[in-house]
Amino acid sequence: MTAMCDMAFLLLTFFMLATKFKAPEVADVAVPASFSKNKLPESDLIVLSVEKSGAVFFGMEGEADRGKLLDQIASRYKISYTGAEKKEFTRIPEFGTAISDLKPLLRATKSDRGRMQKGIPVDSTNNELKELVKLAKWTNPKAEIAIKADLDLDYPVVETIILTLQELDINKFKFVTSLQAKPE
Amino acid sequence: MAELNTDSGGGRRGGKGRKRNNSASTKIDMTPMVDLAFLLITFFMLTTSFSQPQTMEVNMPDKTDDDRKMEIKESRTMTVILGEEDKVYWYMGYQNPEVQETDFSEQGIRRAVEQKSAILKEDLVVIIKPGKKSKYRNLVDMLDEIHIAKGNVRYSISPVSDRDLELIRNKESN
Repeated sequence: MTAMCDMAFLLLTFFMLATKFKAPEVADVAVPASFSKNKLPESDLIVLSVEKSGAVFFGMEGEADRGKLLDQIASRYKISYTGAEKKEFTRIPEFGTAISDLKPLLRATKSDRGRMQKGIPVDSTNNELKELVKLAKWTNPKAEIAIKADLDLDYPVVETIILTLQELDINKFKFVTSLQAKPE
Repeated sequence: MAELNTDSGGGRRGGKGRKRNNSASTKIDMTPMVDLAFLLITFFMLTTSFSQPQTMEVNMPDKTDDDRKMEIKESRTMTVILGEEDKVYWYMGYQNPEVQETDFSEQGIRRAVEQKSAILKEDLVVIIKPGKKSKYRNLVDMLDEIHIAKGNVRYSISPVSDRDLELIRNKESN
């Protein structure tokens, strides 16, 4: 009994320390499978998620980076955010609204947020994603960019994102995939 | 766990209840604690995710920098057009191409890439052109096939041209 108890607590301690609670993901994306074994970095990362519906979400790793990013957004778009809103922004891993709707989003309750996030505008007349990526790159020039797109998306949707990145002279990026066994 | 009081040797049976005190164990019932410990273990085991998602590196050619445009021999280039419903069309070179249709199976496009790269001394350059009706998944599959294929293969992603669509239409109508 004592031995089992010891072991149980040892395992418990291990899993408690090894667990890193992740904020639940906002965008609902099923990533395609590939044989690539490269891991996604845990920091210095910008993730552009694209849902099956075509809604684009913007996410950045690191609370400090997110805080700085909001400052950049505030000065670029001449919007001032309160301390509480800024704190809320550092907490959410990704968002999918136009920048003008960001303030109401940060004020909304968690249950209301789901339907508020219709995606970031990426059309050629109002490409806010381009601005966001540009600002995020200023915030953290080391950040790599990953595209996390749904496997059933039509390619032209992904192409718009790639073209947006290319307009910013970003020619190197990653596709987020899930691991699949390699055929021999 | 040590038993403390061990003086009962012989003696009287008198001393009311003393004997019961002596023989009572100091062991605690640990069952509920262990139950709880295992419950928590189970919880943390199920919630822990060790695996970080995988990624695939993609490099696109620089659009603004014209100096870095490369001239590549026609015989080394293979154009792969991704069509609708997971169809794949490919041809070598540029002049009078002979368009072939294949798929993502083991004997499909990977075999074609391997065969073509085997007869070349230099790298094979695969130009991937995802069609308007192709899915994002098709592109990832195609990149995968290139990574798996044996031989020296390089790739680039490029938008599909009207000429390519024309070639596919001709192929379909035959």
